[in-house]
Amino acid sequence: MGRTRPIAEGETPNRLGDREVLVAVAGNPNTGKTTLFNKLTGSDLKVGNYPGVTVDCHTGRLDLSDGTAVRLMDVPGTYSLSARSQDEQIAVQAVAGLDPLELPGLVVAVVDATQVTRNLYLTLQTIEMNVPVVIALNMADAMARTATKIDVEAMSRELGVPVVATSASLGTGIDELRREIEATVADPRRGQPGWRWMPQSNELQDDIAAVERVLPPDWAPEDSDRRRALAVWALLSIDGNDELSEVPPDLRRVVDERHELANAAERSVEEEVIRGRYSWIDEHSPRFLLQGQPTRTTRTSRVDSVLLNPVFGFVIFLAVMGLVFQSLFAWADPAISGIETLFGALAGLTKTVLPEGLFRDFLTEGLIAGVGSVVVFLPQILLLFFFIGVMEASGYMARVAFLMDRVMKKLGLHGRAFVPMMSGFACAIPAIMATRTMERRRDRMLTMMVVPLMTCSARLPVYTLIIAALFPPQKVFGVPVQGLLMVGMYFFGTLTALAALAVLSRTLFKGPPVPLVLELPPYRLPHWSSVLRMMWQKGRVFLTEAGTVILICTVVLWVLLSFPKDDQISQAYDLQRTEVTTVLTGEPLAEALGGIDAEESGAYLRDSFGGRLGRLIEPVIAPLGFDWKLGIGIIGAFAAREVFVSTMGVVYGVGDDVDEESVTLREKIKSERHEDGRAIYTPLMGLSLMVFFSLACQCMSTLAAVYRETHTWRWPVFLFTYMTVLAWIASFIIYQGGRLIGFD
Amino acid sequence: MTTLSDLKPGSSAKLVQIGGERGFRRRLMELGFLPGTSVRMIRCVKVGDLIELEIRGCHLSIRRSEARKLWVEPAR
Repeated sequence: MGRTRPIAEGETPNRLGDREVLVAVAGNPNTGKTTLFNKLTGSDLKVGNYPGVTVDCHTGRLDLSDGTAVRLMDVPGTYSLSARSQDEQIAVQAVAGLDPLELPGLVVAVVDATQVTRNLYLTLQTIEMNVPVVIALNMADAMARTATKIDVEAMSRELGVPVVATSASLGTGIDELRREIEATVADPRRGQPGWRWMPQSNELQDDIAAVERVLPPDWAPEDSDRRRALAVWALLSIDGNDELSEVPPDLRRVVDERHELANAAERSVEEEVIRGRYSWIDEHSPRFLLQGQPTRTTRTSRVDSVLLNPVFGFVIFLAVMGLVFQSLFAWADPAISGIETLFGALAGLTKTVLPEGLFRDFLTEGLIAGVGSVVVFLPQILLLFFFIGVMEASGYMARVAFLMDRVMKKLGLHGRAFVPMMSGFACAIPAIMATRTMERRRDRMLTMMVVPLMTCSARLPVYTLIIAALFPPQKVFGVPVQGLLMVGMYFFGTLTALAALAVLSRTLFKGPPVPLVLELPPYRLPHWSSVLRMMWQKGRVFLTEAGTVILICTVVLWVLLSFPKDDQISQAYDLQRTEVTTVLTGEPLAEALGGIDAEESGAYLRDSFGGRLGRLIEPVIAPLGFDWKLGIGIIGAFAAREVFVSTMGVVYGVGDDVDEESVTLREKIKSERHEDGRAIYTPLMGLSLMVFFSLACQCMSTLAAVYRETHTWRWPVFLFTYMTVLAWIASFIIYQGGRLIGFD
Repeated sequence: MTTLSDLKPGSSAKLVQIGGERGFRRRLMELGFLPGTSVRMIRCVKVGDLIELEIRGCHLSIRRSEARKLWVEPAR
């Protein structure tokens, strides 16, 4: 994006060139900013009252009455323009038009009418930037509207910018806001009153002047107010361990010098600036806040005294989480089976209408199976976002963060990471998408990197097959071994995830500590249309963006596992078919033919690129106790872990319609031998295999989802590498360690 | 003088000093936690380790462990 020219006096910017004026919508988290943005643009953004709901910059269009339009851009919710990280820096870049963002022609400052004093702090900073400002005084909910008494005209007079009372949720005041935007775009000076407070002490004025001299020349070259505001921004934001981008060394040095000077004189530059703004607010706000601030509604306080109660609060919390978990795990199942059956039937139908051949195989095994493997995630995604939507919109999500913070903080995260982490038990895909509810990029990345270690439901069929085939249905001290192993695998996955979290948060994701600030918004009934809109949006985004990657991977895997098709194999099996047809009839013939078909598929698979790849990686996986046939299974399982079972079915020539309960498959794998005659499938190797599946990132959909959320391949590659290495090491220790102490 | 985390629910105090490192102090001051400002403890959830405060008529929650760095003079 290029930079627009600054707005000069007397010019009406939207008629200057072809480009439409950019209007930035800024405000504290939790002010109804996103809802207001939706109302203005009619776009379908996610809505909720969980602080920090918008992380990306969203844009939209707003039509004006004279037939022109402005472009709207949503600025991430923040309490201040000061920043310590690149994430937070977006706000100042968006408001002041610093590279790479474009200078807005107008900023709509959304102010929560129930929290005016705190919200005005950001508004004052915005006004100091000398961009035209229009305040949308948003009534957070209907209860507050009756309690608040704000003199809108007096507020406009004191602040020197237009103020419009709006209710984003009810949709009132939107037209008036649009008119004010239009009028202020036409006459920017209506919203440019200049600084509201002045730095009092000579020392502070010197600090600001010194920093102003070393600001990069392209930071607001023609606007002295904005340059001064950016100097103040630099004084407050730059410190020894910030993570800001594009801060020239000169600027950094001068800011450090000024702070050292101030420290020596026992002054605090920050405190002087912040106090300057708050003194202005404290002095002027009584002129428009007529009844003081409304206090919290008694209803919300009463509900909180139960939901945040150390005993009842936790019981209710556990019940709610249990409900979410149960729904993802069990209730989604019929829908998932339904989708699988549907796509199976579709593939079957295609098989009957199309002639046998490569194209038919591509359609049924590549394309239809691929689309099916994307759509199959929808039930869990929709269900999880239904619950997240309701919890956010009702205000309960902030309470969850409140309740879980102590536990999550020990692991290097905060309370808001709990819901994504827990969702990982069902499936990593919706869980990764749910990391969006966290504000900081670092927290989102960290959560995404450990969620795939949680024992998701796709690992269950693999565990079930291995446990049932290789471990005796005995009881130890009255507890069934098989059940114990299953529970053990769950604990193993969870503990590894938590350990990885603790390690990564202290190493790769080590960041400056940020104080946690939470708002507990008043409880309200969710707007069902908003919840549905968010579910629809999440589902659509998954299908179009992550789905494409998953579909391509499925087709690539199909090619790997289907080619080359050696004619010698089909000739050999055709010969067998002719033989059995001559000696058998009826039922036994059909059975024999079916067996030959299955063995033929197995022969093809063993000869395929995937099969050869399995042999190729055998030296790498042999120390874990796996042979090349298991290598094929592991490669095939990259499509999805549960595919391991059917791939093994094909490898051993028992057909691909086996499931984890299949007795034939169990018997078959038990009889497999190493070249020296030892059994391949021993309980020790089974344990090694389960540990491998527990830790390895055997899921292309997870990688696709991480790619979609991070917009780079760096993180998916890192995730795949570290999990696979971890899995290899753990399996190696189990298998070789087990052999050392006498198991085989 | 005592720390903010020791206030009883419902009681008020005046902020005296904000401790902690620079970034932490700046963040809290920008939210209105300036020396001389009145705060009221609304709620203290031990299991969650967070406290809910009212400051300048606005409600906010911060961690108890972080509230220990804020010194206050309880109101009589």
